[in-house]
Amino acid sequence: MELIFEESVRGRKGLRLPKCDVPQAKDISGRYKREKPAQLPEVSELDVVRHFTRLSRMNFSVDTHFYPLGSCTMKYNPKFTENIAKLTGFSQLHPLLPQLLLGGMLTQGALEVLYNVERLLVEITGMTEVTTEPLAGAHGELTGMMLIAAYHRDKGSRKKYVIVPDSSHGTNPASAAIAGYQTISIPTDKNGVMDFKEYKNKLNSEVAGLMLTCPNTVGIFNSQIKEICSLAHRNDALVYYDGANLNAILGKVRPGDIGFDIVHLNLHKTFATPHGSGGPGSGPVGVRKDLTQFLPVPKVIKRPDGTYALEENRQKSIGRIASFYGNFDVLLKTYAYILLLGKTGLIEVSEKAVLNANYIAVKLKKYYDLAYDRICMHECVFSATRQLANGVHALDIAKALIDRGFHPPTIYFPLIVKEAMMIEPTESESKHSLDRFIAAMRGIAELSQNNPEVVKSAPLNTAVSRPDETKAARELNLRWIA
Amino acid sequence: MDISEGIFYTKEHEWVKVEGQMATVGITAYAQEQLGDITFVELPETEKSVKQFSGLCSIESVKAASDVYAPLSGKVTEVNKELETSPELINNSPFQQGWIAKLEICDLNEKVNLMDSAAYRAFLEKI
Amino acid sequence: MSYIPHTDQEVKQMLKDIGVCSLDELFKDIPPQYQPASFNLPEGRSEFEVYEHLKRLADKNAASLVNFLGCGFYDHNIPAVVDALAGRAEFYTAYTPYQPECSQGTLQAIYEYQSAICLLTDMEVANASLYDGGTALYEAGMMALRITGRNKILIDGGVNPIYRRIMYTYTTNLSIDFVEIPVSHGQSTREEIYKHLDDKTAAVILQNPNFFGAIDDHSDIIKRVHQAGALAIESVYPVSLGMLKTPGNMDADIVTGEGQSLGLPLSFGGSYLGFLATRKKHVRKMPGRIVGETADKRGNRAFVLTLQAREQHIRREKATSNICSNESLCALKAIIYLSVLGKQGLVDLARLNFDKAEFAKDTLARIKGVEVKRSSPTFNEFTVCLPRDSREIVASMIERGFNPGLPLGKYYEDMKNYLLVCVTERRTKEEIVRYAENLEAVLWN
Repeated sequence: MELIFEESVRGRKGLRLPKCDVPQAKDISGRYKREKPAQLPEVSELDVVRHFTRLSRMNFSVDTHFYPLGSCTMKYNPKFTENIAKLTGFSQLHPLLPQLLLGGMLTQGALEVLYNVERLLVEITGMTEVTTEPLAGAHGELTGMMLIAAYHRDKGSRKKYVIVPDSSHGTNPASAAIAGYQTISIPTDKNGVMDFKEYKNKLNSEVAGLMLTCPNTVGIFNSQIKEICSLAHRNDALVYYDGANLNAILGKVRPGDIGFDIVHLNLHKTFATPHGSGGPGSGPVGVRKDLTQFLPVPKVIKRPDGTYALEENRQKSIGRIASFYGNFDVLLKTYAYILLLGKTGLIEVSEKAVLNANYIAVKLKKYYDLAYDRICMHECVFSATRQLANGVHALDIAKALIDRGFHPPTIYFPLIVKEAMMIEPTESESKHSLDRFIAAMRGIAELSQNNPEVVKSAPLNTAVSRPDETKAARELNLRWIA
Repeated sequence: MDISEGIFYTKEHEWVKVEGQMATVGITAYAQEQLGDITFVELPETEKSVKQFSGLCSIESVKAASDVYAPLSGKVTEVNKELETSPELINNSPFQQGWIAKLEICDLNEKVNLMDSAAYRAFLEKI
Repeated sequence: MSYIPHTDQEVKQMLKDIGVCSLDELFKDIPPQYQPASFNLPEGRSEFEVYEHLKRLADKNAASLVNFLGCGFYDHNIPAVVDALAGRAEFYTAYTPYQPECSQGTLQAIYEYQSAICLLTDMEVANASLYDGGTALYEAGMMALRITGRNKILIDGGVNPIYRRIMYTYTTNLSIDFVEIPVSHGQSTREEIYKHLDDKTAAVILQNPNFFGAIDDHSDIIKRVHQAGALAIESVYPVSLGMLKTPGNMDADIVTGEGQSLGLPLSFGGSYLGFLATRKKHVRKMPGRIVGETADKRGNRAFVLTLQAREQHIRREKATSNICSNESLCALKAIIYLSVLGKQGLVDLARLNFDKAEFAKDTLARIKGVEVKRSSPTFNEFTVCLPRDSREIVASMIERGFNPGLPLGKYYEDMKNYLLVCVTERRTKEEIVRYAENLEAVLWN
């Protein structure tokens, strides 16, 4: 399809600006001025509308397709919450207003939202305090690592290592490394959880913390989690909860109750604030009591008179991790979502998410190898090894699913499962849509046996098929050039 | 699996050809196959000194990135500039045109830490 | 309301197929002693009830103050088409475009966004977005450390203080030597920069226009920075680039900025958009996702995520950044905004901001006791010196219905009487005149 730049016609305009109602000012010196205008498109509003509408139709999305992308929790995003974020009382509010004298009283509604979201997340996670500032899950992880560093620094030590299981998301070791730690990777045992013995061996006084996803990326809840946490605490290492998979345990278990010290949540996953094609997300971080002093500033507090204010001076705070208070519109949607569902609704979320995942696991295990054949939590991981015997890879199965109108599962992750296909149906999908997906997967399994070449030629029904990624990386073309 | 005779190997799938005090280094056919289509080689700087089994440079493919370790300690004297524009040489000819760097060897005795072709073949069979 | 479709009958059937008797049995890996100590949340409510609650909270905010506050976050007009298109569910309910065949829409839009950022800044490559302007600047600093292998960063005191604070926060645990170039009444000197520039310096970070709105041409500084083997990082305000000399033209190595002014509402601080552009030779050290054009197996134009070997999902602890989710939908809004604004539109918009701000300067300068700083040209933001502490004056102006600007004493000790005032195209002549009248009244009545 043509690029918007290629639709340009010289002199065409798409927008009328307000008329200049002040005298034209004296120009600045030429040395400060741009030489040539930027070659932005010259198109009409309708050109823009057609262009981006056409583009939108080349996407699969939750609203148009079943999207069982493992680890990503692609649940339905209620329309109502979108409207809330557009209320002008929120959307036109300048973030610096509450930092001005008197400004706090003029932003009470927004501050109350932040405060209430924080309290709700505190109750959901079992932590003592939450910061809403981190702007995505990985940003929450980095904040968590800085909190760990602050904790040890406060005690006068500077430890070296952070432990991560080999099944972890890539963001875990990356966040630890960026915060200045070296990572120690622990293998997964035959039951699909972190190898306890190996963990014990690697734990020492130089370990600053441990990062765990729970349930982990193969969809298994580690029943030994309390022992893992207390062992870490005995070595004065903090335990970090990667909340990517919180959807599985809402109302069933709280990280704060079982020994986790720091938690991040992915509001765009668990609380349906949409993913927006890859963001904006939101990754609030919760901590246990003695770590609250290190949380980033500014922090919203409720004063004895019932009003809300920003607290800027926390002596031991790690500082400032984002420009303001978090992705406020995402936090608003989260707030509305939690209020809509309430306690019972949230518990129902985890129950139906787990039900759906187990249903798929059971129905498909005849056709594909389950990486761990047992009751799972919110997602199940298959391996396409059986199909590989006929030369069909997980990638081919993914492409064949696209032809059948389904977004593929996450493939080739976690790295510890060969030819991995990680399926997370979420609670939003009905039995009917699961059955349709199961039938498609079964069909692909049969085709892989009888006519593998057909699977390998998929997809056939899309605008593009199997783009050449090697060419993309070798002959870099990363922008339009006039 | 394609293995070149008369040269030495590491467990990380580098090969080294020793000629007097000079060593030519590359990655094996097995290594390039694991990586897939190689898209970029970050060549080491000449004059850089490396210890045996420490990082020499890195290689990227579409879906992976891999560090290349020095099979022997030494000083980089020459790099294969062809790889800057044609990284696929490593895929097409890992033992010949796809060589990565030449080192001036510090200590020939370090060879004892390497495998010969027979040992490497046996090593590959066990993977 | 929980948006869950299951009927009781279906649940029973599914449990039977799984081979368990109850939903509880599916949670048997969670030991009973792990039950939540509490889960004390309110029960669910209807949309209408939740709406009333949130509407009430929204109405408590003074969002309708006449806004003269900027500081890097600006009150610009947003054409309706931006939200109409970005509000299409095919965009906002999709995930990161890992499967190119079913995400060409997102991929092409990002490619177009990257192109527009390059065109705005006159740089060669841009990434698919970062969280916000502050974190983008931090990423640029980290990138410079990686490229140069050095560990000292000079940061100009005219860089947004919020961004500087973010930088220091992130690097507390690392051994990076930061030198802040002091500003005196809104400006640093070149001598001060050169004094600290040496062969350990990885980067010099500058902002144009700077926090005080002052415009500069940094070409001479950047030349010296390059002679020292360091990189020049510029933080810029995209709307100003309709008029001002580009960082690319000044020979900057890395350019970042806050993209909020490109079609995103102020929204109490987010969601915003960080952009980052650089030279092609540094592309492999760049953080974040990148979309590239290629061909599919039939030879058709296609777009894919490329250079992924830099990223956390492949390189893990050796990745160039830990970023995964970025601000994709905000980047989409930015490219829609820039498309409808267009080539001439950006020029005109910049001019409009400049003219209005100049008019405001002239108008305010006529007030007794108000000194408008004119040592440098400015774009749409400028400083005024007031006869007393600007914090109290701000409070009085707020009471009169204005969001009058930022009292600079908060960030600069020697500027207690100063106010940073911003005038965008949204401010009418009448509002500017009224602002001046009210300021005069506050000062002298």
